[in-house]
Amino acid sequence: MSYCRQEGKDRIIFATKEDHETPSSAELVADDPDDPYEEQGLILPNGDINWNCPCLGGMASGPCGEQFKSAFSCFHYSTEEIKGSDCVDQFRAMQECMQKYPDLYPQEDENDEKSSKDLEAASMEASAAKEEKASS
Amino acid sequence: MFRCRAGLARALRPPPRGRAHAVLQCHQLRCPSRSLMSSGAPGKAGNNLLLYLIVGGAATGTGVYVYKTLQDSKERYASRLARISRQSQDSEGAAPQETAAPSPHPKVPSHVPFLLIGGGTAAFAAARSIRARDPGARVLIVSEDPALPYMRPPLSKELWFSDDPNVTETLRFKQWNGKERSIYFQPPSFYVPVEDLPSVENGGVAVLPGKKVVHMDVRGNTVKLNDGTQISYDKCLIATGGSPRNLPAIERAGKDVQKRLTLFRKIEDFRRLEKISREVKSITIIGGGFLGSELACALGRRARTRGLEVIQLFPENGNMGKVLPEYLSNWTTEKVRREGVNVLPNAVVKSVSVSGNRLVIKLKDGRKVETDHIVAAVGLEPNVELAKSAGLEVDSDFGGFRVNAELQARSNIWVAGDAACFYDIKLGRRRVEHHDHAVVSGRLAGENMTGAAKPYWHQSMFWSDLGPNVGYEAIGLVDSSLPTVGVFAKATAKDTPKSATEQSGTGIRSESETEAEASEVPISQSSSPMPQVPKQGEDYGKGVIFYLRDKVVVGIVLWNIFNRMPIARKIIKDGEEHEDLNEVAKLFNIHEE
Repeated sequence: MSYCRQEGKDRIIFATKEDHETPSSAELVADDPDDPYEEQGLILPNGDINWNCPCLGGMASGPCGEQFKSAFSCFHYSTEEIKGSDCVDQFRAMQECMQKYPDLYPQEDENDEKSSKDLEAASMEASAAKEEKASS
Repeated sequence: MFRCRAGLARALRPPPRGRAHAVLQCHQLRCPSRSLMSSGAPGKAGNNLLLYLIVGGAATGTGVYVYKTLQDSKERYASRLARISRQSQDSEGAAPQETAAPSPHPKVPSHVPFLLIGGGTAAFAAARSIRARDPGARVLIVSEDPALPYMRPPLSKELWFSDDPNVTETLRFKQWNGKERSIYFQPPSFYVPVEDLPSVENGGVAVLPGKKVVHMDVRGNTVKLNDGTQISYDKCLIATGGSPRNLPAIERAGKDVQKRLTLFRKIEDFRRLEKISREVKSITIIGGGFLGSELACALGRRARTRGLEVIQLFPENGNMGKVLPEYLSNWTTEKVRREGVNVLPNAVVKSVSVSGNRLVIKLKDGRKVETDHIVAAVGLEPNVELAKSAGLEVDSDFGGFRVNAELQARSNIWVAGDAACFYDIKLGRRRVEHHDHAVVSGRLAGENMTGAAKPYWHQSMFWSDLGPNVGYEAIGLVDSSLPTVGVFAKATAKDTPKSATEQSGTGIRSESETEAEASEVPISQSSSPMPQVPKQGEDYGKGVIFYLRDKVVVGIVLWNIFNRMPIARKIIKDGEEHEDLNEVAKLFNIHEE
């Protein structure tokens, strides 16, 4: 049995697991997905990339930021069958820049693969979510 | 408002007797002159002349007296100022040579588009935000600190728990999952050399360390540094943070006490205290808030392995007394004691002196504490010196520069971080001294400096750890004077800060929320949790505490449960009145194994 006690102005409730397994009756206000004040994810409501997304770390703001933005934009808007296959030049420019700053962009192959895979995954998820939203 | 009311009352009260007399006297003075002109009687004139002489003499005497008093006051004021500045110079005795003897840097650009005053967390977050949004932006950070921008939370937590003997040099800390990182936001190669900033292709961020902005000309959009350099800007951010407060009792105490004092804020304070903790037998921490309690727990850990005595004393009834409701503050105090700290609550410092080679702290209730070194963690004074020359408003309730909901002080000037007293649309005007707020407000200021015009909306959070086994995250107005409702379950071994960071792969929890969006988060393969046998007195294992203002939840503490901040943020954002907070607590899934 959940029980409760009052210490002055402070109320203390000890809740059992069973009590909390029943669905909550608390009502939350529906969120407006287009709220301009809200923090945005990687992809903005209008489809643009949010370069200020914390999820990108410092990628868009560092010394190779411009090359990164150019490569990732190209990838994002690419309509090729193999997405991004038309962006080889931009990715090469980005790689060349990153090689100049080894302590900012660690050069081990796995790291490069991992970071670009992460970005691909993030972008895929984001575009999938967008499609879902559009179709619903 | 209070002042207005008092003034009104004064005006309504009858004037004091003295003044009534004075009015009459004045009237008498005027009458004689009129009567002199009108009557012209010589006898009366003679009497009046004597009156004039006496009154005139008295007036002159008074004038001389007043003048002398003012001069004395001015002298006393000047000597007081001199003493204060001497004291602050003395306490900065360990300051590196660069700040002591500044020389004009020959290659500082005379103009930068984005000038950030201060080189801490808020400034770095703003720089990142500006660079992300404005392609090719050129950003100059001017920092009094000789170090490149770094994060403060590990200075009182993770760095103390590191096994690396070189941690004071490297300032790297291994997080619980084995991933290491530096307290510096970025390595030196991230930054562009100051002299190259105007010309580097694609722009960048440059840091000018060890220089202080001493004068700001808002009309001319220029600042002046302590070495005389002038820099003009298009947009400016003030992110000057704050300086640790000191106790008047210690300030009065003299050099021998000041030598054995640490005001903890920066990297060099950490390095110095770490060294001292290996050399002395007893350290006393004054202050029972976040910093004091975290340092006490960090040092308490060393106490057990190295025979160091750690004492913590503060005026409140328990640790975090201004933040946690009393029952939880008491529970926390017991936890801190278990970390090896001798906690003395209800302790107000009366005086500090040196006896033999030790410090003697006398408390107002007569108790005496003997120790070798003091760490004062009694609050932060926002650095608002620039307000005078810049003509910026300083808030009288919270301190700091007063800015609007968009963090703007004037058209081209924004303020972020510890020094910003801003308008929070949901919670009202406030000033917040936490790491995540510096990140959130710095980022927002950077967005607004590049045209966004967004108000403070995403509520920042904060967290604290009391050793590796107890921790909490919090959001909003977490003030123990508010009525609270706490909903608790019992803790298992899985619910510790250690496992929270293992799960999310980061050590700094404000990032854990945001980076989790982008990458796959591997769930740690730790062993299945063992339910702990309920111990006597350990009722508050894990739970959620709601802080209420007029039945609306304005603050939430997540006690030993983690990765639920988004739902907490949502509840505060909604600002709804909830009839049964136990129902709201269900949303947090506090029993989850």
